[in-house]
Amino acid sequence: MSASLSRPTKRVAVLAIALSSALVAAGCTSNDPATTPAASTQQTGSDAVSDNDAPGKKVVIGFSGPAADHGWLAAVNKSAQDEAKKYSDIELKSAEGTNDASLQISQIETFINDKVDAIVLLPTDGAALTEVATKAMQAGIPVINVDREFSSPFAARATVLGDNYGMGVSAGTYACKIVKDKSIANPVIAEIAGIDALPLTQDRSKGFADALKACNQTVDNRVAAEFTVESGEKQASNLLQAAPKIDVLWNHDDDQGVGVMAALDQANRHEMAFIGGAGSANAMRWIQEGKMEATVIYPPTQAADGIKLARLIAQGKGLSDLVQVEVPNRIVLNAPVVTKENVEQYLPLGFES
Amino acid sequence: MSADVTKVDQAGEPVGGAASGTAPPTPSGPPVGGAASRREGGIAGFLSGPVGRNAGLVLALVLLVIVGIITAGDRFASPENALTILRLGSVIGVVSVGMTFVISGGGIDLSVGAIVALSSVWATTVATQTMAANYHWIVMVIAALVVGAVCGLVNGVLIAYGRMAPFIATLAMLAAARGLAEIIAKRRTQIIRDRGFIEFFGGSVLGIPVLVIMFAIVAVVGWVLLNRTTFGRRTLAIGGNPEAARLAGIRVQRQTMYLYILLGVACGIAAVMIMARTTTGTSTHGTLYELDAIAAVVIGGTLLSGGRGTIVGTVLGVLIFTTLTNVFTLNNLDTSTQAVAKGAIIVAAVLLQQRVSRTRSG
Repeated sequence: MSASLSRPTKRVAVLAIALSSALVAAGCTSNDPATTPAASTQQTGSDAVSDNDAPGKKVVIGFSGPAADHGWLAAVNKSAQDEAKKYSDIELKSAEGTNDASLQISQIETFINDKVDAIVLLPTDGAALTEVATKAMQAGIPVINVDREFSSPFAARATVLGDNYGMGVSAGTYACKIVKDKSIANPVIAEIAGIDALPLTQDRSKGFADALKACNQTVDNRVAAEFTVESGEKQASNLLQAAPKIDVLWNHDDDQGVGVMAALDQANRHEMAFIGGAGSANAMRWIQEGKMEATVIYPPTQAADGIKLARLIAQGKGLSDLVQVEVPNRIVLNAPVVTKENVEQYLPLGFES
Repeated sequence: MSADVTKVDQAGEPVGGAASGTAPPTPSGPPVGGAASRREGGIAGFLSGPVGRNAGLVLALVLLVIVGIITAGDRFASPENALTILRLGSVIGVVSVGMTFVISGGGIDLSVGAIVALSSVWATTVATQTMAANYHWIVMVIAALVVGAVCGLVNGVLIAYGRMAPFIATLAMLAAARGLAEIIAKRRTQIIRDRGFIEFFGGSVLGIPVLVIMFAIVAVVGWVLLNRTTFGRRTLAIGGNPEAARLAGIRVQRQTMYLYILLGVACGIAAVMIMARTTTGTSTHGTLYELDAIAAVVIGGTLLSGGRGTIVGTVLGVLIFTTLTNVFTLNNLDTSTQAVAKGAIIVAAVLLQQRVSRTRSG
């Protein structure tokens, strides 16, 4: 018998190895966790049931958001869909997320062609989608603008967003408090912003700067990431190189914060007070451990609120707890600060990155 | 005097280069499948002719339409939806038509998306918009076209005269143009204030959106340029066999440069269109346009190695991808699955092309 395998045997062996590795690879694609973690995007706050929640006229709602390339946006999409499922009178048409403005415009055009009863829109860029939203309004379809604001007041019937300026103010006020408590003489304050092209990022930065001015401080180093983990890591590494010592660091978004924390761990730089934003479950766990000082909530459930408002507007109802009959046209959600003291309370509401 | 050495194959379509290994010179005349050719006759011969190649694409498009009608009924089959599809495809369509020329000429351009972004940013700066407010919004259009042409010029000079590989030169432009766009825009979204501009390009003529008409005009002009002018013949010649073309007296370097300028101008037109569609200029426009354009051109039948180009094929390629996107949107399917489907289509189309062209050259 020859020392090496014969050709046909070799071929069979290679085929067998290839098939079995393909099977193993196929078996490894399942991504559902074995047990659902307790801290999911459930609403543990009281779901106040009012007369408004009683099923009414059937409404078709078109929902479009950007590509969920970070946990906050994924939580937005999920909370919107979960909310729509709670109502038997909502038929939700969900256009799959995209960061391509042109494609999202065509998705809205499709909703207009379908003559939906309302559109809930988180635009990838508010200014870029303003024109098509105005067209929808002119076609008689109310548009609810979530989070990233349009550039024209005629483009939406109602706008739901978090308090971006307030977020910055909360973070800046907390930074001032840290500086005062620790009596730091010349504090180095750094800021890692999100997507700079968005007005909401500019609002947050302005709030931060204004609050710091109140205690005679300024932002010494500022970089901008893109809300993703990868961009957070990249920009944080740059920042750490630029500033050999940082006293207070405010990172706008906890999803990119995963990358920021990775950069901090890698460089072994934990001398600063690290403040986050948005309120992810990761951030809250870090606060419990002491790796992070605080974070400011920017609720991803605002899309769910958008769905609720869309339903009310399409059915001709108003918000039951208000005297006025109509739905308000601008709702700014509160931005509470989460620290070690109250983190237990907010942990169930944290979203996974 | 430059000698125009071109060979014409059975169906009257120009075939690049004097030394390509296909049919010996025959007068243009009898349609596909005629005798006196080394090609196989019958189905393979038909499929490898231009009519046959496009018939394959049309068939694919018809199949997609049928799938659309089955899954989405008259939401798909309505005139409004047809216009939605056309509007979505117009911007990438214009870029793809320009890309057809560059690829037919044997090159490639990875920077088209970045050029679109830079043109859109330059045309919407405060300075440009103020000038437009004082004179006419055409100033913004001119700015976009000029920026596109200049970027194309830089690409063309680097590739033709600097002898850089097209892949590398346009890769550099990809990075530089987008970076420049970010600097000029200060990473902000620049909103267009001129209602005249928005209303002109957002409107329709006889029910057809202006954007679609622009795409149609660019496609027709591109077809005429490639198939009925000596410019087009020269393009195919330098793509098929640059050395033979040079020996035949064609100014290869100058022609190459022209092709990249042409693509740059096409990007400028696309920039105007995306500016109108989104009423903004930003450095994030045009992301991944290069991949979409190259995909559309390749499945349309243009050879990546150069020497044969078809505008009709490119247009069909663009329509196939846009219809696919639309069918997915109407069925609430996610874009990730769609991306996988796109990849599969590209592979299938190119494999088919290779089989057919192998049959062709015997």
